[in-house]
Amino acid sequence: MEPMLHITTLHYLVLGAALFLLGVIGVLTRRNVVIVLMSIELILNAVNLNLVAFSRLWGGVHGQIFAIFVITDAAAEAAVGLGILIAFFRNKETVNIDEVHLLKW
Amino acid sequence: MLSGIMLIGGILVITRKNPVHSALALITVLLAQAAIYLMLYAPFVAGVQIILYAGGIMVLFLFVIMLVNIDRAAKERTFNSQWLVGIVAATALGGLFVAVYTKGNNIFPEHALSMVENDNTQKVATMLYGQYMFAFEIASLLLLVAIIGAVVMAKKRI
Repeated sequence: MEPMLHITTLHYLVLGAALFLLGVIGVLTRRNVVIVLMSIELILNAVNLNLVAFSRLWGGVHGQIFAIFVITDAAAEAAVGLGILIAFFRNKETVNIDEVHLLKW
Repeated sequence: MLSGIMLIGGILVITRKNPVHSALALITVLLAQAAIYLMLYAPFVAGVQIILYAGGIMVLFLFVIMLVNIDRAAKERTFNSQWLVGIVAATALGGLFVAVYTKGNNIFPEHALSMVENDNTQKVATMLYGQYMFAFEIASLLLLVAIIGAVVMAKKRI
C-alpha cells in the first residue's frame, strides 16, 4: 500500500483557519446571543489548535502552556459573558442581539 | 476524518436554530479537538480541554440556555439584520487566509518525527511552575475577578 498523505503542520493550520472562519461567520451573522458566545469559543479553539500545532513543530511545551492559559481565559470570559447575558435577558426578555441598540447613533 | 468531524460540527454550531443543538455540536467539536491534540502529542492539553472546556464551559452554556427562555426565540428568524455584511467580512477574511496559505507554502517544514514521549505532563508542569509562574498566578487572579464579575452581573439587586 502506498503511504497516505503525510500530515504536515500546514494541514493543522488550515484546519485552524477554517474553524476560525466558521467562528467569525457565527459571531457576525447569528441573532441569538448565546450562539454568538459559542462562536467566540469556536474562535478560541481554532487559536488553540494553531498554538499546539506550532508547539509540536518547534519542540518544547511553550505553545501548550499558552494553550492552557487560553483555555483558562476562555472559561473566565464565558462566565462573565453569560452573566451579562442573564442581566440583559432580565431587562429585555429576549435574546435577540438586534435589540442591543441603545448606544446606536 | 477528525478534521471532517470538526468542520461539520462547526458548521452545525453556526447554522442550527435551536441553541441546544448548537451546544451539542460544539461539544462534538471540542471532543474532536481533544483527539487532535492527542495526535499532536499533547496529552495534557487534551485532558485539560476535555475536563475544562467540554465538561465545564459547555455545562455552563447549557445551564444558561435552560435559564433563558428560548421558546420565543425559536419562532424568530435565525440570522440577524447585518448578515450580509457579516458574510462579506468573513469572505474577505477567508480570502486573506487562502492567500497566506497558498503563497507561503514552503515556510512550515514537516513535523519532526520524534519518539513518543511519556513525560509530557512533567514537562508542562516544570515549565508552568518554573518559567511561567507569574502568568500562572495572574491567571488565578483573573479567575477570581471573573467569578466576582459573573456573580455581580447576574444578581437581581446589587
